[in-house]
Amino acid sequence: MPEPLQTKSAVRFRGGGFAPGQRRGPALLVFAALIAFWQGGSSLGWINPLFLPSPWNIAEALYAVAASGELWRHFTASLGRILGGWALGTLAGLALGTAMGLFTLARSIGLPLVSAIFPVPKIALLPLFILWFGIGEPSKLATIALGVFFPTAINCYSGIDGVARNLIRMAQSFDLPPRDIVRKVVLPGAMPTIIAGFRISSSVALILVVAAEMIGAEYGLGAFVLQAGHLMATDQLLAGVVCLSILGLLFGTAISALEKNLLRWR
Amino acid sequence: MEIHLQGIGHRYDALTVLEDVTLTVQEGETLALIGPSGCGKSTLLGILGGLLQPGSGRVTVDGTVPADCLNPLTYVFQDFALLPWRSVADNVSLALEHHALSAGERRERIAEVLRRTGLGDFAGAYPRQLSGGMRQRVGIARALAVRPAVLLMDEPLSALDAQTRDLLMEDFLDLWVRERTTAVYVTHNLGEALRLADRVAVLSRRPGRLREIVPLTIPQAERGTPAAQTELARLHDHLWTLIKDEARSAEREMADA
Repeated sequence: MPEPLQTKSAVRFRGGGFAPGQRRGPALLVFAALIAFWQGGSSLGWINPLFLPSPWNIAEALYAVAASGELWRHFTASLGRILGGWALGTLAGLALGTAMGLFTLARSIGLPLVSAIFPVPKIALLPLFILWFGIGEPSKLATIALGVFFPTAINCYSGIDGVARNLIRMAQSFDLPPRDIVRKVVLPGAMPTIIAGFRISSSVALILVVAAEMIGAEYGLGAFVLQAGHLMATDQLLAGVVCLSILGLLFGTAISALEKNLLRWR
Repeated sequence: MEIHLQGIGHRYDALTVLEDVTLTVQEGETLALIGPSGCGKSTLLGILGGLLQPGSGRVTVDGTVPADCLNPLTYVFQDFALLPWRSVADNVSLALEHHALSAGERRERIAEVLRRTGLGDFAGAYPRQLSGGMRQRVGIARALAVRPAVLLMDEPLSALDAQTRDLLMEDFLDLWVRERTTAVYVTHNLGEALRLADRVAVLSRRPGRLREIVPLTIPQAERGTPAAQTELARLHDHLWTLIKDEARSAEREMADA
């Protein structure tokens, strides 16, 4: 039962809460505590180093492979494949996405086609690409490019489709030529969605490069991690995983920088 | 420049929104277009400027256009239609960039319209940093930059609060009414029509037909004076009786009936 309202009483404040903020401190603290707990468990012999090496061991392994120059070779091999495959897939995806966003025929054909092929796990096609292009780089690039192509095409299409109609009508009312409407109104308007698509496609590229390198590659972080696993060198294995995380972080940072630059108006 | 509408009709699928509207917008006048909501006034304005293809009838323009006019029929939109990624000056520039103007001429035109609309200090600002009233000033500056022969205004004040609306209306008088730029002004606000227009065209409820054209003989400059109030009140009552019943039934109508 709520208390009856007195004849003269203060109004009870009831609008609090439901406004979460974010602070740096607690996250750093928990992060440090987790690593300390892990290191402590390993040092005290609670954790079997064969299955989960300590953070310190991983750092040592990372230093060792980095110092020998081996890591650099794997790292650059993966980076090259990601950049190459991503660029190919992105270019093709943007081309198809733009066409689907602007033209009835391209949309009528492209949308069902993309929807039909999108759910295929692209890595399953790698064996086929190996038959087509051989075991070398082209089959890996094709897998990554294909994986990147679909989310890029879909995001580009929906970004263009979502550009406010009234802005296009405004441009038409000032007699802007169609080419200028695309360049000055449609593409900038779709840019936030397109860049959001880059986030998806870069993580797809990272997953696919690891998978492709595990299937057949001499160099590359995926191959490195797999070999380490075969040798039960878990410290090297996790060192490779750390490198992959750094790669992912790198892409995320690059895309954030792109957003900051191109979407300053938001 | 004169605009002739001849037997304009329009339908969206099964819904007839305009029927047989014949009307002439005269050189130098401000014609207000009023009517209950959903009567097709915005559709008619879209047809007037070539943004919509009329279902029937035709629109013709008559008269010569001065050499410095880049876009004879120029719109000002209810929702401002500014590009959020362009600054104020660049939004105005958008209307000029595809014309053969020297960079200097373009800068000059932009500076001139920004000054006239009171935006001189806001050239580098982005739309999101501006109030609604200032955003619509940008829309108006952009329209004036092309030196239009006819201004087509689609409820330019209805997204703004009442005070901003009054302030901007006074500016409108300076910006084009006194200069006798031809203008068509769509509104559902009788006060705006009575303050700005030379003639008020009243449309009926859907399907919109032209019910009556009411001329306002008091010059705009005198409409604020006490002497004019009796006559303006009479005109207000007259316009209100014309649309009241229709507005009532329009209000009770289902959106997609």
